[in-house]
Amino acid sequence: MTTKSAIVQTKFFTFDELVLENGEKIGPVTLAYETYGQLDTKKANAILVLHALSGDAHAAGYHEGEKDPGWWDSMIGPAKAFDTDKYFVICSNVLGGCKGSTGPSSIDPKSGKPYALDFPLITINDMVNCQKRLIDHLGIEQLLTVVGGSMGGMQVLSWLVNYPKSIRSAIPIATTARHSPQQIAFNEAGRLAIMADPHWNSGRYYDGKPPAKGLSVARMIGHITYMSDISMTEKFGRQKKWSSDEREKFTADFEVEGYLRYRGDTFVKRFDANTYLYITKAIDHFDGFAGKSVQDAFQHVNAKVMVIAFKSDWLYPAYQSQEIVKACKIAGLETSYCEVDSTYGHDAFLLEVEEESHLIRHFLKKVFNDHKETNGPTK
Amino acid sequence: MAQQNDDIRPDHRIILEWVAKNSSVLDLGCGGGDLLYLLIKEKKARGHGIEIDDKEIYKCVAKGLNILHGDIENGLADYKDQSFDYVILNQSMQQILHVDKVLQDALRVGKKVIVGFPNFVYYRSRLEILFKGKTPVNASLPYQWYETPNLHFLSILDFIEYCRKKNISIERRAFLGGAQRVYLFPNVFAQSGIFLISAGSSSPP
Repeated sequence: MTTKSAIVQTKFFTFDELVLENGEKIGPVTLAYETYGQLDTKKANAILVLHALSGDAHAAGYHEGEKDPGWWDSMIGPAKAFDTDKYFVICSNVLGGCKGSTGPSSIDPKSGKPYALDFPLITINDMVNCQKRLIDHLGIEQLLTVVGGSMGGMQVLSWLVNYPKSIRSAIPIATTARHSPQQIAFNEAGRLAIMADPHWNSGRYYDGKPPAKGLSVARMIGHITYMSDISMTEKFGRQKKWSSDEREKFTADFEVEGYLRYRGDTFVKRFDANTYLYITKAIDHFDGFAGKSVQDAFQHVNAKVMVIAFKSDWLYPAYQSQEIVKACKIAGLETSYCEVDSTYGHDAFLLEVEEESHLIRHFLKKVFNDHKETNGPTK
Repeated sequence: MAQQNDDIRPDHRIILEWVAKNSSVLDLGCGGGDLLYLLIKEKKARGHGIEIDDKEIYKCVAKGLNILHGDIENGLADYKDQSFDYVILNQSMQQILHVDKVLQDALRVGKKVIVGFPNFVYYRSRLEILFKGKTPVNASLPYQWYETPNLHFLSILDFIEYCRKKNISIERRAFLGGAQRVYLFPNVFAQSGIFLISAGSSSPP
């Protein structure tokens, strides 16, 4: 029965109402989530995985009939970094998302139509508040760790600051406590591309054509920032798609152009443009130090932290991870930091599996065993 | 127990002896974390290492150590005064560009500082210079001139003089020739020196 048990199903958890950070109320709220592995009897082995901008609850395993596994399948599974023979792994789609959780494409109970721009502005903290409800619902008092890259890393920081007692450790990867103007600028270019698409129609496109061109351009911009000069050169070079006689004036001549168009086109089939707008806004406004100085940011935190950055990541450069490390140092937290040597750019957090696995596997083992020593063995 | 300790590097054994139980420790340039691991295991120490080499970082993580990837030069600024009982610079001090600044910062961040370094004027080195006319290469200075990570070449006397000048108290000292302790004329016969120092009283000498 357990052979190839990699087939997984998305589950749903709905609660009545959420009071947002800005005071507005929204409800009911549904979170799509998946779990892998078994929760132990003391509920001490639970790990919450937090996804990035375009991710979803499907982090590992396969959905029935699908060819591709979840987005972090290389890290989650039996004998992998997040060893599901040992740990219970949870991943949920964020509030504002479009993959099963309540977001702008969900039905607004007031109007019976999709929220569109009636959906309130949400924050990273709002996403995390929803996740806390889910964790409570699953009966888990304290998570072994919270982990995520990019926007997932922001949620990790939010957990650290807002629910320090609910986590024993935290692993923010390729992330920042605050977006720089450069990061905001890239997001704004993406948002404007969506809003410039006539099909966007002020967000009311759900009964017609979606703003596919705009969302596709936004995704292209994103993809450029996720790669590096070296990784693009290695992947595409100046390879041409066509021979010169079949060339039209402004087709995608180079491999890299074709690739970006392809990535843009496939993205629009699986992602909602309004979600892109809401989530990128949440990312831009995020302040992981909760408006405090680096000095005061983590004063009440007691978790063990492992911060991971990647050398060629110019979207979330290492200095931003070092700011997080600095806050941990000042707070006297047990902290590890590694800047992994990689040429993949920001995408490295999804691709540098070997190094990341080594760091995370040992870190988790230490946190898990330290807890066992102080609290007795778990079954 | 005694048998186990035979595997311990002689300089590590001395540092292990000096560090009090349940102390907090910051090991600057901790390499693969052998010393830090030993201090945690034997002395119930809590602490961090700082190391620049990725390969060593992975070793430290595998040992379950808290390790920060970075260079020593900028590693101390973020810590509050007296954050650690001990700051350790074992065989890493001579590789730091701004030694004086780092040492002063180490004395601020740590209640005590442990420093270990190769003695450049060990008698064999002196002979090599005198008779071969070449930069010494031996057990404690194992590198050729074109590949050495060492930036500073100092003697035990140099360090003692430095401490006097800077009003740094030397609380303990130990000298090693190979695996043996050296007691007589360490500036001549010791390959390396290890010092336990602390910030001296505020009045200048």
